[in-house]
Amino acid sequence: MYEAVIGLEVHLQLATRTKAFCGCSTEFGKAPNSQACQVCLGFPGTLPVLNRTALDLAIKVGLALNCNIQEQTKFDRKNYFYPDLPKNYQISQYDLPLARNGFLDIYLEDGSRRIGIRRVHLEEDAGKLIHRQDKSLVDFNRAGIPLLEIVSEPDINSPEEAYEYLGELKKILEYLEVSDCDMEKGSLRCDANISLRQKGTNGLGVKSELKNMNSFKAVKDALGFEITRQSGALAAGEALVQETRLWDEKKGETFSMRTKEEAQDYRYFPEPDLPLFVIDKDKIASIKSTIPALPREMMQRLEEYGLSRYESGVLVNFKQDAEFAGRCFDIYPSENKKTLINFLIGPLLSEANSRGCMMSELGITPEGLIELLSLLDEGKISNLVAKAVLSEMIGTKKPAAEIIAKKNLTQISDAAELEGIIKDVIKENQKSADDFRAGKSNALMFLVGQVMKKSGGKANPKAVQEILREKLKE
Amino acid sequence: MELNTLTAHELLDLIKEGSATSQAVLNCLYNRITDIDAKLNAYVRLGATPPEQAAVHSGPLCGIPVSLKDNICTDGLATECCSRILSGFRPPYDATVVSKLKAAGALIVGTKTNMDEFAFGSSTENSLFGATRNPWDLERVPGGSSGGSAAAVAADEAIIALGSDTGGSIRQPASFCGVVGMKPTYGRVSRFGLIAFASSLDQIGPIAKDVKDAALLMGVISGYDPGDSTSVDVAVPDYARALGDDIKGMKIGMPREYFVEGIDPEVKKIVEDSIAKLRELGADCREVSLPHTEYAVPVYYIIATAEASSNLARFDGVQYGLRISDKGGSGGLLDMYCRTRGNGFGQEAKRRIILGTFVLSHGYYDAYYLRALKVRTLIKQDFDRVFEDFDCILTPTSPTAAFSLGEKAEDPLKMYLSDIYTISANLAGIPAISVPCGFAKSGLPVGLQLLARPFAEETLFRAAYAYEQNTPWHKMKPKIGSGAQG
Repeated sequence: MYEAVIGLEVHLQLATRTKAFCGCSTEFGKAPNSQACQVCLGFPGTLPVLNRTALDLAIKVGLALNCNIQEQTKFDRKNYFYPDLPKNYQISQYDLPLARNGFLDIYLEDGSRRIGIRRVHLEEDAGKLIHRQDKSLVDFNRAGIPLLEIVSEPDINSPEEAYEYLGELKKILEYLEVSDCDMEKGSLRCDANISLRQKGTNGLGVKSELKNMNSFKAVKDALGFEITRQSGALAAGEALVQETRLWDEKKGETFSMRTKEEAQDYRYFPEPDLPLFVIDKDKIASIKSTIPALPREMMQRLEEYGLSRYESGVLVNFKQDAEFAGRCFDIYPSENKKTLINFLIGPLLSEANSRGCMMSELGITPEGLIELLSLLDEGKISNLVAKAVLSEMIGTKKPAAEIIAKKNLTQISDAAELEGIIKDVIKENQKSADDFRAGKSNALMFLVGQVMKKSGGKANPKAVQEILREKLKE
Repeated sequence: MELNTLTAHELLDLIKEGSATSQAVLNCLYNRITDIDAKLNAYVRLGATPPEQAAVHSGPLCGIPVSLKDNICTDGLATECCSRILSGFRPPYDATVVSKLKAAGALIVGTKTNMDEFAFGSSTENSLFGATRNPWDLERVPGGSSGGSAAAVAADEAIIALGSDTGGSIRQPASFCGVVGMKPTYGRVSRFGLIAFASSLDQIGPIAKDVKDAALLMGVISGYDPGDSTSVDVAVPDYARALGDDIKGMKIGMPREYFVEGIDPEVKKIVEDSIAKLRELGADCREVSLPHTEYAVPVYYIIATAEASSNLARFDGVQYGLRISDKGGSGGLLDMYCRTRGNGFGQEAKRRIILGTFVLSHGYYDAYYLRALKVRTLIKQDFDRVFEDFDCILTPTSPTAAFSLGEKAEDPLKMYLSDIYTISANLAGIPAISVPCGFAKSGLPVGLQLLARPFAEETLFRAAYAYEQNTPWHKMKPKIGSGAQG
């Protein structure tokens, strides 16, 4: 029985306004090479100047992943020739990454697991090659965008765990607002290292490094394929070779790109154009203070309000939703939170999903929602009306009270007023009235429905039932 | 009297009085270049004129032409490091020092000064444009790698010039050509726009006819630059104010390791005479020790080549400069890289790229590069210790006077050893100046090197000026084409 040993390397473009070592804009989708200057093009004589915001964002990620932030950090050159790399070396970090030894907790069906974070370091992105039939073109707009490399320990044992790890990591990064985390635009990329070993042993097998996965699902699938491939080879007594393999999405398999013998020697050495950077305690404290409550903390908060693991999980997928929900619960006066939970998970979330926006972007404030729900709880409006009013609030951005007053939607609980309607309904539905009297209890619900219809949904269903029972005895 | 034979400070006085114009100076200078540069080859791409420069009517170098080494970037004006691989390269930006010169009213001389390709050399023989010759003896080298700047200043083809110094490339040619040259403290002058050889060692500095001119130029080019993260934010003093102060009681150390084997006896004698002169002027000169001196050359050739191998990687034919591919580029990328770099770099550049690539390679890094970094720290500590008690250190600038053309060209190790006295200052990051201190019987000038603690350029100017003003050497001019003349 084999066990998979998996480590993940995530590359994340940081959402700074300008590049890591020059003043060029990082805006996505501009005309090729329109966002490049002599510095990010590596022209002779030019020098890099570190974008301090990039360093701050990197520290923020390190802190959120429970890492030790190094007191001193430095940059190194990673040397290799490639036409998308203007200087033919990449400014990166080698032996003094700015953050080390952190962890990330993931939820699994059988409990939670802690995955170690080996290191987080800052580097510059390369340009982009565009291959045409007879030539290759290069776009340097991406060259020099700050890139964070987040390397996990090989603590992951299955493709599913890898998938959960990536989902949780992405959620945290989104909460931190350090990147748009868009895999399609390439602002988040993932490579994986995987080897197999006999279950229960501690040694490490021969690993392959997997590249070219363009989604978390692709990472999961590629790892799944590798487990099958490697275990098949091992079972057949074949020797594996350490190699880099590319994922072919269409075929659903990996293929060898290069073996260890062909691996590059990057000749890392300290970047002489940049000094050591000292990160003092005050700096760390001030960055720490900008870190919001992260998904796990938000989930715990919501669970304390009585939400299930599933319900809270749904609400913390996005920071804005989680904050919106949290605020609603904080100001909701009712002891029983069920109404609020149902409204959040129900109509609000589906309205947001259908519009492709966050709940907080529907035009309803937590205060507005709670005002509506309080009217419902006080019996001033019915559940049906409440839902209709909610739709109207989203459409018109008007407060609940105004919509209710204007449309005269206040629930009718007044017996005198209800009796009139009820009398008419009995008169119009003599057969059902007779059926009820004959013992067919279903007929009552039909009559209630008719009253509700006639009242335009405003009648208080409880009161209607009571009065109906009275009247039908007559 | 020809204007081009004067110093910058003399010309500034004349211009201020109204008895000379900057145009007249420029005309004299260009006439001189036209007359004699065919013999010296101090300049490259003769006739190149810089783009129109907005006139600045004031400033410390107002109206003074400044000549630049071919590795200092000038906006719109060819800058090729005397290498084939950069042929046709015109930077779209000025080096920070060039911006500062323009702001100070200086005029940029359009044709650049010759150098060893990428500053790899000590003789200015490794240039795409051929060797520069020493104005004191045309069969001798001017030193290098800033040999063009030094020869041009010595031959009155330049009023004042900038060079760059990675292991002695300003001081050694200054010494060989009988002029003044300073390598500033690392971080004193911005490196932005200096095409890098070894980033942790390179500094731009002045080459001048006398100490006062060197101080004047230093005052203009020094200072913190936000565009160079290794430049240091330390206030720039008024260097001219240090000139004229006496040196009574100044403590000067002479490292015993610099006066042993390898030094030409004549050079040794000349330097000893200059020590006597300094003592006469009141300096307290004593022997000191810099015990790690013998490691400076090997440490330097590991660190400098490692950095160079990486700095020169960008010259690949993709974006600028030379590109050679087979017909239609069908050989692909690797073929283009190989042809471009194979044809674009000269032999010494290739040698250093290979050396630097080797010492950084997996499995060799610890034994070479890492160990070199550690020894570099020891060398720096040697200097720190001496500077606890001494104001300056005095050494010969070079173990010999100018050697003959071709003499060391085929023997790189011999060539590397000609920098033995200058390299340590770069490894330690400290300032150093070379001033003329006499002439050998052959008529060739000899230079004296003074070193000081970081950012103590003022001390160097004070000592060098006191020495210079009490000796005749800086007034000597070569007679081009027929050896030295007193």
